[in-house]
Amino acid sequence: MTGFAYLAASVLFILALRGLSSPESARQGNMFGIAGMVIAILTALSDPSVVSFSMILVGMLIGGSIGTVVALKIQMTALPQLVAAFHSLVGLAAVFVAGAAFYNPEAYNIGTVGDIYTGSIIEMSLGLVIGAITFSGSIIAFAKLQGLMSGNPITFKMQHPLNAVIAGLIVVYMLLLITDQTPGTFWTLAALSFLIGFLLIIPIGGADMPVVVSMLNSYSGWAACGIGFTLSNPALIITGALVGSSGAILSYIMCKGMNRSIINVLLGGFGGDTSGASAADTGDKTAKSGAAADAAFLMKNANKVIVIPGYGMAVAQAQHALREMADVLKEEGVEVAYAIHPVAGRMPGHMNVLLAEANVPYDEVFELDEINHEFSSADVAFVIGANDTTNPVAKTDPTSPIAGMPILDAEKAGTVLFVKRSLSPGYAGVDNPLFYADNAMMLFGDAKKMTEEIVQALA
Amino acid sequence: MDAETIRDLAAELATQAAALFEKSEKLANASTKLVEVQSQGGGGDPFLGLFTIFVLACFIGFYVVWSVTPALHSPLMAVTNAISSVIIVGALLAAGPSEMDFSKIMGFIAVTLASVNIFGGFIVTQRMLSMFKKKTKAGAGS
Repeated sequence: MTGFAYLAASVLFILALRGLSSPESARQGNMFGIAGMVIAILTALSDPSVVSFSMILVGMLIGGSIGTVVALKIQMTALPQLVAAFHSLVGLAAVFVAGAAFYNPEAYNIGTVGDIYTGSIIEMSLGLVIGAITFSGSIIAFAKLQGLMSGNPITFKMQHPLNAVIAGLIVVYMLLLITDQTPGTFWTLAALSFLIGFLLIIPIGGADMPVVVSMLNSYSGWAACGIGFTLSNPALIITGALVGSSGAILSYIMCKGMNRSIINVLLGGFGGDTSGASAADTGDKTAKSGAAADAAFLMKNANKVIVIPGYGMAVAQAQHALREMADVLKEEGVEVAYAIHPVAGRMPGHMNVLLAEANVPYDEVFELDEINHEFSSADVAFVIGANDTTNPVAKTDPTSPIAGMPILDAEKAGTVLFVKRSLSPGYAGVDNPLFYADNAMMLFGDAKKMTEEIVQALA
Repeated sequence: MDAETIRDLAAELATQAAALFEKSEKLANASTKLVEVQSQGGGGDPFLGLFTIFVLACFIGFYVVWSVTPALHSPLMAVTNAISSVIIVGALLAAGPSEMDFSKIMGFIAVTLASVNIFGGFIVTQRMLSMFKKKTKAGAGS
């Protein structure tokens, strides 16, 4: 009976992910997910060894109310850090479950204290290590996304050798734990894993966080898997595998969106303060700068405007003003579409959620592959808070750090409008020659303020 | 047959039925135990069974996730985050026993942490998904 219930929960979880193949079926999918979770929890509660319901209820009430309040209050722009924070909790929960199993193996039928089955202790230590790395890594990702620490990569001498030494120690302590099974070894292993989680994420820069968040998503799944093997619970194993592969695929898509290997991202040190030679040799070029009225005039007389949003739009909370601008333009008979680069923003799909929040219909929002051929027929490309994702250098200069990265072909549009604070290079530290192109115009200022000014000028 | 004989026979039948019921209950219990024993090690290597499930689930995950539209990658992360909190199952088993010990305290903390995630994850996913709307008014545009 229990087995069937866990199987039902797993199937519901699969359906929850399946639902996300289109926005129409997604809400129903989420309901499947909730139903699966309810079944899994009720099944665990019906276990004859589970008797102290009041304590469980207190825990669920405390946790549930915190989760509910946070989820209802959170600003959509703060979504990436929220997801990072949630990942850290899964990781920490995995550490505690591993600890609970270590101190009371009888409850899980995996042996007795100090004499846990070898297979079970290996699985448990894997859950512990991955869970601890997920926890501390997610804390760093959260701090970087929330601005609690600098988004710049933190690198120091001997960083990678140090990481290698710690990784080696983790393996040694895992082997030691199998033989001696002492609490000291267990907690040393936990501490080492926490440490390497911190060290692995600090060298990775702010704009690489989409990859990091996806990767930690994946880790939280593998941690659940490790615990699932320890408890011989198929629901945990299946769910962990689903989450693990989901995060892995997202990381892969993000890396591909930057034409970088996952190793390159994880080694870190990319981006940050790299204002050097490339900035100097563009000193003689001048970029045309315009006012809101010029932009309004250009777009009002256009047939087709493609908007390219980037992280700058999220920072300035400009999505609502942007939608207003699009509404006015559409009333003028202008065709408006949105082009989303896979790595725009700070988490996969970040821009889509923000535009949806501002009531932009999702059938006006297109992925890079869907819309890239349309730039040549567009009169205006309106780039708001994006930079590297439109940089033609990716196609022309094979030595550039962004060489080979798929970009949105904004330069093919009749006029390219850049809403940006300054001419400074983007995250990759590469100057964007498009700023100085004949068909480009810079609109210097805050993304939200500038868009509002354009709306006024349009009226 | 007089009334007394019928009563006696009925009584005898009732006792037999009760005995039979008891016996079948014992049999059911014994067979459940047998199944449990078999599933715990009698019928082949249990790890292999679990590992088979794991590998097949990875494949399901692979195909299901590739079919997710890129526009919904943020809700995908939020919902996978929520369902990975199914780890609460392990936490409940640790927090469940009546006697208070270190293991139970850790179980309690894990239940609390996972609950934050379950509620937070599903609610934030729902919030995101409710924002995705199709074009409503038939205005100008594509």
